[in-house]
Amino acid sequence: MPDSNASDTRVAPPLRGNERTAKLLIAGHFGAGKTTLVQTLSQITPLSTEEVMTSAGVGTDHTDLPGKTKTTVAMDFGRLSLSDDLVLYLFGAPGQKRFFPVLRDLSFGSLGALVLTDTRRLTDTYPILELIEGLALPYAIAVNAFDDAPVHTDERLREVMDLEPSTPLVTCDARDRRSSTDALIVLMRHLLSLAPEASR
Amino acid sequence: MNGPRASGGDRLVRAYVVTGGRTAAARNHFDHITLISLSASSPQLDRTRLTPEHRGALDLLSVSAYSVAELGAHLVLPLSVMRILLADLMESGHITTQRQITQTTGLDIKLLEDVLAGLQRL
Repeated sequence: MPDSNASDTRVAPPLRGNERTAKLLIAGHFGAGKTTLVQTLSQITPLSTEEVMTSAGVGTDHTDLPGKTKTTVAMDFGRLSLSDDLVLYLFGAPGQKRFFPVLRDLSFGSLGALVLTDTRRLTDTYPILELIEGLALPYAIAVNAFDDAPVHTDERLREVMDLEPSTPLVTCDARDRRSSTDALIVLMRHLLSLAPEASR
Repeated sequence: MNGPRASGGDRLVRAYVVTGGRTAAARNHFDHITLISLSASSPQLDRTRLTPEHRGALDLLSVSAYSVAELGAHLVLPLSVMRILLADLMESGHITTQRQITQTTGLDIKLLEDVLAGLQRL
């Protein structure tokens, strides 16, 4: 929101409209650091867009208003100009199962997803992985290193999350620009490794 | 952002009022990251029949091109509504998109490589 953070003075160059655009999803359970990572990397003050879901896609969560047939889900996102001709958008992806239709819509045209996880809440990551895998979206896992979170070996993390051997697993600090950028670089290398040789 | 927000962000008005009762865009090909810009002829076109929301979008676009998601966020409109309004403005010739929209089929290796290279330069 333009007025949500008055001290945020980042100014991204205006866009011409003929730049190429790319989209990456930042997924993860509630509190995993999605918003923080978008905040850290975005060159514009992060924005929030919302999508309205009708009852058909919502499932059972109608507790807030009697007879309510619509649910709104907000998505944080940010923007980075990677070159004069290329703009990258980072979207914080809703992690709740009931927002699957919104996530599916968001995944169209996405290159892949970075799945953030907090080792204090590892089990909350499993349903996220199911959603992302259900979309056939390639991903990398980034363990957001919270100060008091338990430290597991990579082997243990891979085992409990049942990761494919090729799925990258990195540790990052979502508050740190270098560290967050490195996590995205790992994701991009992974996406390139999945590209068929024939099309190179 | 006071102008567009003031004209486009009336949260008390239900979404279907803004869209004139429509729930699907005439051209439903606006991805979140499709960049929208004013058409060359936009300054000459009549705006009197446009809604405040349409005009809010055109005001924003007079400063910079924006993605569909950014327009929705600045105007405080749900994406589904934003897509319909943009389809209107496309139909009336006020706006244009220069890139072909979502690539749902086939990997764009060059795009992957360029994103990687761009991140490495940061």
